[in-house]
Amino acid sequence: MHNLYDNSIAGAAMIKLEKRPQPSQFWSLAAPIVAVMLTMIFGAALFAALGKPPIEALGKIFWEPLFGEFNFFYLPQLLIKGAPLVAIALGLSLGFKAGVWNIGAEGQYIIGALCGAGVALALYPMEARWLIFPAMLIAGAFGGFAWAMIPGLLRVKFGTNEILVSLMLVYVAEQLLASMALGLMKNPDGFGFPGSRNLSQYSSASSWIDQSNGMHWGVVIALIGVIFAYTLFAKHILGFQIKLAGQAPRAAAFSGVSPARLVLFCLGTSGALAGLAGLTEVAGPAGLVSIDFNVGYGFTAIIVAFLGRLHPVGILFAGALMALTYIGGDVAQSSLGLPGAAIQVFQGMLLFFLLGVDVLTNYRVSMKQGSVA
Amino acid sequence: MFGSIDPLLLLASLMVAATPIMLAAIGELVVERSGVLNLGVEGMMITGSIVGFIAAIMTGSPWLGFIAAAFGGAAMALLFGMLTQLLMSNQVATGLALTLFGLGLAALMGQGYLGVKAPSFPDWDIPLLGDIPIIGPIVFQHDPMVYVGLTIVAGVWFFLNKTRAGLVLRAVGENHEAAHALGYHVVRVRLLAIMFGGACAGLGGAYLSIVRVPTYADSLTAGAGWIALAIVVFASWKPGRLLLGAYIFGGMTVLQLNLQAAGLPLLDVLPWIFGVIAVLILIWGITVSRSLSNNLITIVASFASFAVLASGYRALGWSFNDQLWLSASPYIATIVVLVIISAGGAPGSLGKTFHASR
Repeated sequence: MHNLYDNSIAGAAMIKLEKRPQPSQFWSLAAPIVAVMLTMIFGAALFAALGKPPIEALGKIFWEPLFGEFNFFYLPQLLIKGAPLVAIALGLSLGFKAGVWNIGAEGQYIIGALCGAGVALALYPMEARWLIFPAMLIAGAFGGFAWAMIPGLLRVKFGTNEILVSLMLVYVAEQLLASMALGLMKNPDGFGFPGSRNLSQYSSASSWIDQSNGMHWGVVIALIGVIFAYTLFAKHILGFQIKLAGQAPRAAAFSGVSPARLVLFCLGTSGALAGLAGLTEVAGPAGLVSIDFNVGYGFTAIIVAFLGRLHPVGILFAGALMALTYIGGDVAQSSLGLPGAAIQVFQGMLLFFLLGVDVLTNYRVSMKQGSVA
Repeated sequence: MFGSIDPLLLLASLMVAATPIMLAAIGELVVERSGVLNLGVEGMMITGSIVGFIAAIMTGSPWLGFIAAAFGGAAMALLFGMLTQLLMSNQVATGLALTLFGLGLAALMGQGYLGVKAPSFPDWDIPLLGDIPIIGPIVFQHDPMVYVGLTIVAGVWFFLNKTRAGLVLRAVGENHEAAHALGYHVVRVRLLAIMFGGACAGLGGAYLSIVRVPTYADSLTAGAGWIALAIVVFASWKPGRLLLGAYIFGGMTVLQLNLQAAGLPLLDVLPWIFGVIAVLILIWGITVSRSLSNNLITIVASFASFAVLASGYRALGWSFNDQLWLSASPYIATIVVLVIISAGGAPGSLGKTFHASR
């Protein structure tokens, strides 16, 4: 008898959840939309609680950057903030599908940026864009890849939990960044100010393509990444194996999928993408290696990956939406004095609602008239 | 070699340094023994630290601060519990969401409190015991929360091993289908365990903001919640070993801070540290596990080669950034510990979603 109560929603024994044989296609698409709407409602309540006009605040966040008077200024920002989120989230989604939890993308992002910037700073002031920029890209991708290989190899070789190792390495990377920005990479002509030379003003190293439109190489990489990931899952056996390993690990093992290879592939790819995102950020929008050039994209990308349903196209939209909350948050901060942390809460809330609403994708709600004992 | 470091003071501050992580870890241990993996410890800790801090400032009483922190942590945990237990969401994803949400919430709540100093929480000079030479100052002259933490660890050990309710909790964690078939309320047990875990994490966070620092800052926990998760793995889900793990970790933190303050060249001691670790693991392998697996040999060999590399690097006389490596050492040490201890012992249903389908 009690089993009827166990999973029924708080107190109402008449509502019962039944597992669907197949995840619902409809709710799989509708859940993110419902989650966004719920977040807006509860977000508005949060803003009201903070003493800010709720509707106006939502308008500042979601309307102003897109259609407001100054949208020519904000729209390029959408590319700048969206690109790293999409690139990192694409990499993470590979692993999340296969049950490989890389949550240290922030660290891989930093190390990629350091490696790529290191190449540029070592070659400064040489003028050879054809050589320097590609070398930076390779170094950035490799840095992120190598940093992600640490949890990857430890998991494959020793069975160490990759969640904790990848996260610990974020803190190590932050220490390394601080030491670099204040030490080895510090600008010798910087009058003692912390931070490296400005890479975005060094023509051989800048990742800008068209600064006034927010176009830089990170955007290109994110878009190539979307196409790459889409093709991987639609056409390639490896994409199928990743999905299989996540949904039915035993079946995957029996059908000859090497778990070790998958772990290394997922972690390595996500590390390389995060590294590239970090490099293009540091050589473009951020401009220089400074102690706090990283603003947590590696963590926000986790939300982007889930909000985009771990699907490349979904991630593209989710990345744009999350970038919008960053930009709109800045707008609301300057015009209404909405605290920056409120946007962080808003983003966290979004993931909560998504995970909650997602129950409808996998379970059917049925109203049972009093059960028969 | 450790000329400027007072071993007595070192040991005394060890217990204080270990307390926040111990509190968070013992809560998570109970949660995981019930079969739930809550990766939101960091989020619950930071929430507890700001809630406790605000309550302590408002009331002027650190004790009320701790109580508020426990409730704050438990409330956050309940959010996680409702999502994972009632709406069957993925535990890893929900735990991450809890951490991201908690960090944002704490930053939002903490805005007016940055740089404010917590009301003082005096040490508790236990009569008689505190007067014992050497042992007195090391063990019996701390603030009361140190002993509250130890009491909780002892209580959890007693609960898990000696009570019927503890047996039920373990049964739920080992095999939720079987426990369900026997008539135990899997979801109810888990929700209670999750809330206990949140309360402990909240206490741990408040200990940081009220006693250890004692002020609030946005990056106050700096990964302590994640380290607590690692210590649960290190402890093989046993309270006794958790105590050991927390104290080893507290010892390392204190040693690192002292080395940093003493300005002792790290490179002088590094080969020794690596060498000692290699020998200790070798001895442990021979005596305790009585077998030398390939993995163990790899680990011992790598530590031995680290020692050689470090002394070689030192002989070359190249520059070495002490501050960087000392600051990074707690995180690197956690990784090393996780690599060495990847033994089994995890509860059978850990991290799996439970849904009573029949």
